[in-house]
Amino acid sequence: MQAVISAASSWVLPLLVTTFLVTGFVRRVPVYSTFVEGAKQGFGTAVRLIPHLVAMMVAVQVFRASGAMDLLVQGLAPLWQWLHIPPEVAPLGLLRPISSAGSLAMMVDVFRRHGVDSPLGLLASTMQASTDTTLYIITVYFGSVGIQNIRYALKVGLLADFISILASVLAVRWVAGL
Amino acid sequence: MIDFIWLLLFVAGVVTAALTGRMAAVSKAVLTGAESGVTLCLGLVAVISLWLGLMRIAERAGLVNWLARALRPVGRFLYPSVPPDHPAMGAILANMSANILGVGNAATPLGIRAMQELQKLNPRKDTASDAMCTLLAVNTASVTLIPTTVIAVRMQFGSRDPAAVVGTTLVATLIGTGAAIVLDCLFRRWSKRRGEP
Repeated sequence: MQAVISAASSWVLPLLVTTFLVTGFVRRVPVYSTFVEGAKQGFGTAVRLIPHLVAMMVAVQVFRASGAMDLLVQGLAPLWQWLHIPPEVAPLGLLRPISSAGSLAMMVDVFRRHGVDSPLGLLASTMQASTDTTLYIITVYFGSVGIQNIRYALKVGLLADFISILASVLAVRWVAGL
Repeated sequence: MIDFIWLLLFVAGVVTAALTGRMAAVSKAVLTGAESGVTLCLGLVAVISLWLGLMRIAERAGLVNWLARALRPVGRFLYPSVPPDHPAMGAILANMSANILGVGNAATPLGIRAMQELQKLNPRKDTASDAMCTLLAVNTASVTLIPTTVIAVRMQFGSRDPAAVVGTTLVATLIGTGAAIVLDCLFRRWSKRRGEP
């Protein structure tokens, strides 16, 4: 299982790129100019992220520098351990369903403290990548059609987020021996 | 909600700093935080450009449509209340494919279109239908092949293997999506049993 997950990591990207290019070529898509046209939007997309990340990086670094982060991590350590979540990544998990930029800032904080290639770095990456911003999706999707009674959707979304986080811990434990 | 969390991070930080005497560090963190927000985003340009370029090729080559067709049986299983030929099913499958391929920006508009089509089938316009709840559950968990942004940030931090996150993310999102589908099904049954709509 370990070997399969590691192999998947190195194969998925090259395989996907080749599949896209070859399929595009066979279907007579002008691959080069199409690529350039799509890639043009990359700059704008990254720049549009700036205000969100500035806001969240400042907040997270204030939270970190003041020592409040350590209080949250260590103060509630028994709770995190009971849930089998390494305390260092717990703040990331708390923020993930609420704010994508916020949890990204938390991920960067984990990279800085423990290293990007450490098991904790891989776990932070996986947690960030493996769920979407539930509150945002619920607001936007239901808001777009004027639904007021969302029934059990929020409960399902948050519980699924929690399970995704536990699954991330499990997956990283298999691969990197956390 | 987001206002509250943002404020909470600041207020908790400043209060803790006042108690522990770390105000100088906090004052510095305000400025370095803003700076690292900008450098981080600019560093994302490379990978995001690459991925958006490749995705445009995938879209033009009809890969998204092909995947949507391949997912038809999954759609019929997950959305028994939606007629297979209704435009809602098409939008749902397109949204699912965009999520899997990581065509991030395309997934949300497609999802909103699916919601609008589902609303036409919904007998009570102010209450979420079963299919809507399922769509939300699948979208918040969303199976992911290529987590573009995370790979880009890992590159910036000089990771030896930025794509190492692909395998673990695939495993975690498969489990998460499975859980979301099961939970959605369970909650639907419970709400029916209690006689809710």
